[in-house]
Amino acid sequence: MVEIRFHGRGGQGAVTSAELLAQAAIKEGKHAQAFPAFGAERRGAPVLAFTRISDEVIKLRTGIYHPDVVIVLDPSLVKAVPVVAGLKEGGLVVLNSKKGPGDWKKELGREDVQVASVDATSIAMEELGVPITNVVMLGALVKAKPLVGLEPLEEFIAQRFPRIAEKEIKAFRRAYQEARVE
Amino acid sequence: MAKRTGIEVSIAIAEAARQANVDVVSAYPITPQTHIVEHLAQLVADGDLDAEYITVESEHTAMSACVGASAAGARVFTSTSSQGLALMNEIVYLASSLRTPVIMALANRALSGPISIWNDHSDVMNERDTGWICIFANNGQEAYDLTLMAFRIGEDRRVMLPVMVNFDGFILTHVIEPIHIFEDQEIADFIPPYEPLCVLDTDNPITVGPVGVPDVYTEAKKQQEMAIRESRPVIEEVFEEFARRYGRRYRPVETYRADDAEIVLLAQGSVIEAAEVAVDHLRDQGKKVGTVELRLWRPFPFDDLREVLCSTSIKQVVVLDRCISFGGPPGPVLSEVRSALYLEKDKPMVVGVVAGLGGRDISLEEYVEMFEIGEECLRTGKDPGEEPELVKIVGLRE
Repeated sequence: MVEIRFHGRGGQGAVTSAELLAQAAIKEGKHAQAFPAFGAERRGAPVLAFTRISDEVIKLRTGIYHPDVVIVLDPSLVKAVPVVAGLKEGGLVVLNSKKGPGDWKKELGREDVQVASVDATSIAMEELGVPITNVVMLGALVKAKPLVGLEPLEEFIAQRFPRIAEKEIKAFRRAYQEARVE
Repeated sequence: MAKRTGIEVSIAIAEAARQANVDVVSAYPITPQTHIVEHLAQLVADGDLDAEYITVESEHTAMSACVGASAAGARVFTSTSSQGLALMNEIVYLASSLRTPVIMALANRALSGPISIWNDHSDVMNERDTGWICIFANNGQEAYDLTLMAFRIGEDRRVMLPVMVNFDGFILTHVIEPIHIFEDQEIADFIPPYEPLCVLDTDNPITVGPVGVPDVYTEAKKQQEMAIRESRPVIEEVFEEFARRYGRRYRPVETYRADDAEIVLLAQGSVIEAAEVAVDHLRDQGKKVGTVELRLWRPFPFDDLREVLCSTSIKQVVVLDRCISFGGPPGPVLSEVRSALYLEKDKPMVVGVVAGLGGRDISLEEYVEMFEIGEECLRTGKDPGEEPELVKIVGLRE
């Protein structure tokens, strides 16, 4: 089982990221759960969302405290919240940043982990015209760790954003191309 | 053929109500139930569900509208949580007394105060004696299936009682997971149109809910008590037909690896599957443990429970309550399980724990701790419930 934690700010679509990933996994015949951190959400405040993916039925419904993967949608969050807290040894961090993965390993103090970074905000601004990075970050994630295929993920992205499907998929593919993984 | 779909559990429950082709929905939105009635309101507004969606100013009125609509012969659905159910209480009691088969999806949430929007079972336990048939689901598929079956059970001429389907707020309602959603036609075959027994009709007037003077009130209550007891075979008939049609079998009392177990954890709702993970883990260490789930809460499945717990390998039961009966036996489930076994000769010891109040997560280690409490009771022959500190809360910060 792979456990993934998304960090975002209210309104950035972290919950949507978690859901799209789970839906794509379910479509591929896997078992998956997506759920938000249960609470009162406010626009701009740090929020969490989670996905579990497994080949077997998922019975666990506890929170995720030791994720295999952490995805940070907003660059300012790294300083605001302990994003790598509980991250498993040798886990993966996916960051929205202009800086490369090597610099981040040092900054996070976790030389054991794999880091993927992509300038998701710039991609989102150029392709969508808004700094909403949820779909973009999924592109970087699946490049670093192919948890699901690109095709089912793009199918659900198109379904979720019918009016801007082409733009979202273009942004998603760009992130897949441009993400640097170390 | 059912389609395996990644869907939010709340939406699946609303879809169950749509597929049952409800005539009337009345509800007042409350967290964490909100997405259910939101989705139904959208379906009605879009013309995808031919139903009356009655908007109201409170849950008290929502249940009043449901009872009225049911008395007028409609198939009725509502959904609520916590304070909403508490505010409905007066009319919840009426729904069963007037034999109006309203179907309610109850997204379990703690009662205030302090204010909590998170999950526990204090809302449903507060309504324990209102005369509703009460069933628990422990995952999204079960919540969908049981909502569908609730219509068949409640509206059966031999039953005519409201049904409450319980599923944990947030822990289930807000999760996207794979659920097999049936084709509409499959459900149309399973749930035929509702044929009410007696209907409020201006051409043929009747009275529903008149005064029950001392001369008749006792008999009315006796009839109601008989009705809910006699719903038992109907519930099992519906479970059986569902299993025959769709291959998923439901039982009033479910067990997991309990056949040769010495210690079992007994609980209701989504905690059961997590406890099963702890069971697998402990079984790998050679411990004889299992789980028992009290799926049917009302009518209480006395016989099924005794069959599972008495004259078997089970020596110790640990009952996990998700709410506190203040100043009483720590939890209502503990109290009822003990009471059900009272007259049995060959029965296990029963100890109670409370956990997961107001959204407090129960970790895998804490499920293991609950089994260890059972082990300790079995070893010493002592029930910590007899000790001065009566309520053992697992996961309590000291």
